[in-house]
This record gives sequence, C-alpha cells and structure tokens, in this order.
Amino acid sequence: MTDTPVIELNGVSKSFGGVVANHSISLKVPGGGITGLIGPNGSGKTTLFNSIVGYHPIDEGSIRFKGQEISDYRVPQIARLGLLRTFQQTRIYSNMNCIDNMLISIPHRKLGFRDMFKNRGDKATMEEVDRLLDFVGLYEKRRLISGDLSFGQQKLLEFAMALMNRPEVLLLDEPTAGINPTLINGLIDRLRRANEELGITLFVIEHNMRVIMNMAQSIYCLAHGELLAHGTPDEIQNDQRVIDAYLGAH
Amino acid sequence: MESFSPKLHLPILIFGVAAPFVIPGVTIQIAVLWVMVLFALTWDILGGQMGYNSLGNILFFGSGMYISAVVQVSMFADVAEYTASSGAVDFKYTDAQYFWGLGLGVIAAGIGSAVLAAAIGWTMFGLRGPYFAIGTLGIALTAGELMGTWSWVGAGGGLAMPVFPGSADGKSMMFYFLCFFAAIATYLFCSWLYSTRFGLAINAIRDDEQKAEAMGIHTLRYKTIAWSAAAFFLGISGALFGNITGFVEPLEVAFPVATFGIFMVAMSLLGGKGTLWGPILGAILFHFLKEFTWTYFLGWQWVALGVLIIVNVVFFQQGIMGWLMDKFPERFGIVVDKKEAAE
Repeated sequence: MTDTPVIELNGVSKSFGGVVANHSISLKVPGGGITGLIGPNGSGKTTLFNSIVGYHPIDEGSIRFKGQEISDYRVPQIARLGLLRTFQQTRIYSNMNCIDNMLISIPHRKLGFRDMFKNRGDKATMEEVDRLLDFVGLYEKRRLISGDLSFGQQKLLEFAMALMNRPEVLLLDEPTAGINPTLINGLIDRLRRANEELGITLFVIEHNMRVIMNMAQSIYCLAHGELLAHGTPDEIQNDQRVIDAYLGAH
Repeated sequence: MESFSPKLHLPILIFGVAAPFVIPGVTIQIAVLWVMVLFALTWDILGGQMGYNSLGNILFFGSGMYISAVVQVSMFADVAEYTASSGAVDFKYTDAQYFWGLGLGVIAAGIGSAVLAAAIGWTMFGLRGPYFAIGTLGIALTAGELMGTWSWVGAGGGLAMPVFPGSADGKSMMFYFLCFFAAIATYLFCSWLYSTRFGLAINAIRDDEQKAEAMGIHTLRYKTIAWSAAAFFLGISGALFGNITGFVEPLEVAFPVATFGIFMVAMSLLGGKGTLWGPILGAILFHFLKEFTWTYFLGWQWVALGVLIIVNVVFFQQGIMGWLMDKFPERFGIVVDKKEAAE
C-alpha cells in the first residue's frame, strides 16, 4: 500500500433541486488498499460514487484520479482511465451468455478503430475469460444466458466482468447485498484476493458491518450528505456519532 | 449461431438467380423483395441488435436516391437546367455516360448517406427509447418536406432519371440483379459484423447502455458506425430504386415514411428482431403477403397489413425467429440450464 491517494476528493458537493445529497465531502482513497464507505440509507453514498465516475456533474469541488482532475470527464472516459464501478442493482448484459458478457468487458482504453472489428476473443482473451469465470465460480455456467442466472450469480458475473476490464480502482456499490450468507464469505475472499493478487484498489460501499469491518483498512462514514467520521474499523465501530447515525439519533 | 443458415443459403441463391428467367413477369416485384430484405436487415442493425428503434431510416433511402440522381444528371448536364426543363428538353445520354453515371451515382449514394447518418447520429444519439424513435421519424418527415421545396432538384415536381439505354426487359434484368447483389452484400456484411467484437458491443448497448458506458465502451462511436453502415446500404438501395422507377419525387418515392419506412420495422418485428435471419424471413413473408393482398383484396390491403402488425405486436412479439429460438434453443447454440431454472 502506498501513501499517495489514487482518488482524492476535495469539497465535493452535489444537490438535486433542494436536496443536498453531498455537502463538501473530502476524502482520500489510498492506492492498493481497501477503503470502506458506510452510512445510513439516503446518506449520499451512491451519489458520491456517481459523482466520482462522472455519472452526473458535481456542483462544487474537485475529484482527482492519480492527481488528474476528472470531475469534467464523462463516464466512459473515466472508465477507460481504469476507474471502474459496479452497480447496487446488478447490471449485466442480460440477453448475452456469460462468455460474451466477459468478452465485451475487456479494457477499452487502447482500442483503436480496427480493434472494433476483430474477432470476439483471441486465445489469450478466452483463457482469461475461463480463468476469471472459474475464479468467481461460474465456469460451469459460462454458456448460460446471463439473465437466467440467480441474483447472486449475476453479482459474481458483474464482479468478474469488472476484473476482466483490468481496472486500477474498483468502486463496489454494496457487493454483498442480496447475496446468500453462505456465498458472502466466498465473495469477501475473492474481493481480498483481487486486492492482494491483482493489486486492485477497492473502494466499497457496504451495509454489512461484519464484511466491511473485516475487509477495509480505513472507513469513511456519511450521514445526511456530510462526512461524519473517518478512521480505522476499530475507531469507526466505537465512534459515538456513527452509532447515533445508525440508530437514528443524529 | 443460427445453425440452419447454411441450409437456407443455397435455396435462396437458386431462387434468386432463377426467378427472373422462370417467372419473368414478376421480375420487378422480386427485385423489390430483395430491397425489402435489405430494408429489414439494415433496420435491425440498430433496432434489433443495438436496441435503438429508428422510425426514420427511410431518410437514407431517400438521400441515396437524390444523391445518385444528382450525380447521374450532373456528370453530363447542368442539374438546374435539367430539372427546370421537366423532361421537355431531351437530354441524351450515351451508353457509356449512363453506366458511368449509374455506377458512380450508386457509390456516391452509399457514401453520402453514410456520412449523413454519422452527422445526424452525432445529435440524435443523445435521445433514448421512444424519443429516439420520434426524433428520427421527425427527421425523415422533415427531409421529405425540405426536398419538396428545393427547386434545384425539382422540388415537389420531382426529377426524371436518365433513361436506361436498352429494352425494358434488359433494364428489369439488370436492376433485378443489382438489387439481389445489394441484398446479398448486406446479408454478408451483417453476418460478418455480428460475429465480431462490434456485434458484442452493440448487443451490450442494447442490453444496458449505462453499463456499457460504465465499462468504458466507446458507445457513441459504435452507435455512429452502426447507423452509418445501415445508411450505406440503404443509400445504395435508394439509388437503385430511383433508377427502377425512373422518377424521383420527395414524398411518395424518396421518403415514403408511412409505407417503406414502417414496413422496415414491421418486417423485422415479424421475423424476429435481434437475429440475423429474422428480418430476412420477415421481409419475405411480409412482401408475399403484401403482394397477395394487393392483388386479391385490393381495397382491404391496408386493413390486412394493419391486422398483421397488430397481431404481431400484441401476441407474437418475439417474431418467427424469436419463437423458434424459445422453442428449440439447442438448435441455435443457446444453452438452457433446466436445473437452474427450477431453482
């Protein structure tokens, strides 16, 4: 883990009409680590993710990715820089089979005009597809139409697609939501391995405290669109403001 | 993917080559059938494979027709003088002039329409879903009205194409095969395109465009190229069709939004959109049904077509190919996990 932040937010604000979803949020996601983002429902976590990946313009502040200002960039440009997100409501290409879902998830940052008309996948790419589908435990189901998979499997596929894209940073929006508790441990293990073996920096929104407290080295807590607390899992767990926010005293 | 396609190649090829010799009386009707196949195939690139339902693709048919007309006329005559005379002055084209003009006109029609699609796509692709459909419809309607006011190309009065230097039968035969080749070229192009990464990318855009963007896919680039490719073939079909009718007029011939423009959509839906063979089968069935009702139920033909479209859209949305793929998935290489479905 290095000390230079890969993502650095300074005073980011975003309002929708009169609703202030994020107010002057500043945070740093260190490269190579796992950083958590928690907060009660409606506290602005997903809005913050959307702002980072360029889904909507921000009202104020600055968002830097490896020192580069990206708050004016659009979604595909940011994705091609290597900053990728998954969705809270799992999103896959539901009429295509798992292999095709994976094949089109290759990194697009260096694709030129002629690459658009190449074969769907060369040997090396196919091997990587097999390897990653095996990594998430979907190899047996690789030829199935992805929309027919169970919700948990779709979530795993989405994760495999994200890995296929070889991102530097992965923003995961509730990776364990809706997943069968027995599968959660396997997923945590895979997220950790992606972080440790592939060196992908993770920035994770998570409601499951057991999961996030175990995984993250550093956690930010939002409440009512503002940054409430920041610290190690231990510090956050014992922070009275965080406890109040979750119990509704805030 | 579609395992029976090689089995259909030969019969269709034999029919296509033999038809004008075996049933010469309907050569032009079958030529139009190939144009219909081309219509449905090109519509499906966006409508079926990419999930962008355009109601204005007829625009590129019309633009191709006008571009070829202007190229064919202007190579050996002054366009304004030619249209102003409304056929009163006899512009004689030699054989060489005619065929050079036709060849270059057809190519220019394809390229010009593709460029037009890229230019329009740059703005239109900001629209999604029904807004894209209505937006494209508006552009096609506008194009017809605008061309109707432009006197350089004959305005509402239209423009007579250079006359084919030969017999009527020779003309039918030549344009029949040009239409047939254009349809084959479109089919081969689509078949190849869908087998590449491009095919996957436009399918991804269809299934979830926001996801595709979030994964870094150059969505606008893919969409623009897809529409330009469709427009290229549509432009060529327009150029051929204009020469077959011999007369280019904005509302009925070049931009028939309510007939050809809707037929493209109806044929793809009937055959099954998002498949390679669906639009082809849809076009063939639709065209035969149309010719049949026009011949035997004249006066009721629009009612019959309307009923067909309603039944198709309400009760049979997946179309012929979609139905077959549901029924016999393994024949199309689709794997269904029965155990999983029960889970």
